[in-house]
Amino acid sequence: MEKRVTFKGWLLPLLLIAPQLVISGVFFFYPAGEAVWQSLFIPDPFGLSMQYVGLGNFEYLLSDPYYRASFLTTAVFSTLVTLVSMIPALFLAVLADRLVKGAGAYRTMLIWPYAVAPAVAGVLWLFMFNTRIGIVAWYLGLLGYDWNYVLNQNEAMGLVVVASSWGRISYNFLFYFAALQAVPKSVIEAAAIDGARFWRRFFTIVLPLLSPTTFFLLVVNIVYSFFETFGVIHTITGGGPQQATTILVYKVYADGFVGQDLGSSAAQSVILLLVVGLLTVLQFKFVEKRVHY
Amino acid sequence: MARTSNPVKEPPAGMVEKRGRGLWFTHVLMILGVLVIFFPIWLAFVASTVPQAAITHPPMPLLPGDQFLTNYKRALFSGVNVPVATMLLNSLVMAMGIAVGKIAISILSAFAIVYFRFPGRNFFFWLIFITLMLPVEVRIVPTYQVIAGFGMLNSYSGLILPLIASATATFLFRQFFLTVPDELAEAARVDGARPMRFFVDILLPMSRTNIAALFVILFIYGWNQYLWPLLITTDPSMNTVVMGIKQMFPSGDDIADWPVIMATSILAMIPPVIVVISMQKLFIRGLVDSEK
Repeated sequence: MEKRVTFKGWLLPLLLIAPQLVISGVFFFYPAGEAVWQSLFIPDPFGLSMQYVGLGNFEYLLSDPYYRASFLTTAVFSTLVTLVSMIPALFLAVLADRLVKGAGAYRTMLIWPYAVAPAVAGVLWLFMFNTRIGIVAWYLGLLGYDWNYVLNQNEAMGLVVVASSWGRISYNFLFYFAALQAVPKSVIEAAAIDGARFWRRFFTIVLPLLSPTTFFLLVVNIVYSFFETFGVIHTITGGGPQQATTILVYKVYADGFVGQDLGSSAAQSVILLLVVGLLTVLQFKFVEKRVHY
Repeated sequence: MARTSNPVKEPPAGMVEKRGRGLWFTHVLMILGVLVIFFPIWLAFVASTVPQAAITHPPMPLLPGDQFLTNYKRALFSGVNVPVATMLLNSLVMAMGIAVGKIAISILSAFAIVYFRFPGRNFFFWLIFITLMLPVEVRIVPTYQVIAGFGMLNSYSGLILPLIASATATFLFRQFFLTVPDELAEAARVDGARPMRFFVDILLPMSRTNIAALFVILFIYGWNQYLWPLLITTDPSMNTVVMGIKQMFPSGDDIADWPVIMATSILAMIPPVIVVISMQKLFIRGLVDSEK
């Protein structure tokens, strides 16, 4: 789409667009280019010079069992976060949609967690599940369950998944609630007249009508679980135990800043760049489809 | 829809009529859901009002204690490494800087892209387009080196600038400007108004709601940043509150100062929660817009 009516001149528009271009150039394109460049080198042990290794960093990464494990961890983690944040959200949205009165009040209460930063959410969940003082851990102990996410890999994963999904439930709820309100009531009524009960109507009519929202939320939640959950993992597990919760973004940080392995970290950045690119394409393909909805 | 017109003997309760037996049950489920979702926040609040001993001897109480003032005073004015008041101020500067900065640079560039034809326009447009979804998390090491090279570690500009390099806002404004009737620009041009006059007198006032909605989203985005402040603020007095909480935990086997930490968590979530709740309509609009 283009404007028919435009203003003349080229200096003014260039000046107007300059701030964004300069900032994108300095803090986006240059670092991204630098990541690609650094991924082709390894620094010597003293950090004095760089040695060109071509795709060596990538080859090394892809044969590194820890990196492969991190890929798998990320896949498991984002699948779980997406499910745990979307299913309860849909359920709550369906409930809220049934109510004429009070839906607004519930919505206000449910929005809260969205505003809580992932890192703060991490601290809240850490507090409840802390092995020494956490109230949930204590009650689990009463029931005879020896909760210890510091040692148990599955428990650690479960905890970071729940802490990461918590705030996302609010987010997904808002989108599902809005989508449910947009479902034409005539369709539902027609089905009701034909004798379809609530859950049957839900699965055969409402859920298919929600599919554009569902696809959209799938992509957005996967992106979220890939990148924005760093705070949760850093506050709760620090990637442990035995790297069981080291997702890809966490590994870029751990190798680049803690391990000071710049070449490997840069190569990982490049791989992540590709992953993000793929997800962006997916999202845009989907957004185009959404227009027809 | 009238009940009498329904030929089926048992009309399904709920969704269609929005009343009937199922309704109280729906409320019960909803309240349960809200309670579960809310529990972590409630527990944090309780923990911020009790003495340390009440927490270190589990199970901790589920109702607030009488140490509210003591704990919050301790958090705000002494903290663990640095007073939480300082961290709150840093967070505020960062969040405001990101929200205002991003809106300012992107509304200008959207204006240029939509209302002018100039050499390189398409190229620049795609250049900005590429920055759309690449989060800072992916390019942390090189971005860190850039900031370090500029001597911007432990500074507000270092906290803010790398995070305003993204195109979401530009696209939003572009979408909006494209819906503004051409007649307005036409009239302005006929009247001999210069482009910037048109921008300030017509476009800017028309964009008020969009700006406000975007502001809400960006403020929360900026306030809730974690990784970036963690990397570039090595000086505790430059810590933001969201990243500073983790720094309050002792490194060794010592017991954390839970009441102060939980008071800080509550303080860290209050500003974004207030923004979200008080501007709920704008927030939802901004959310839906910015993800489109």
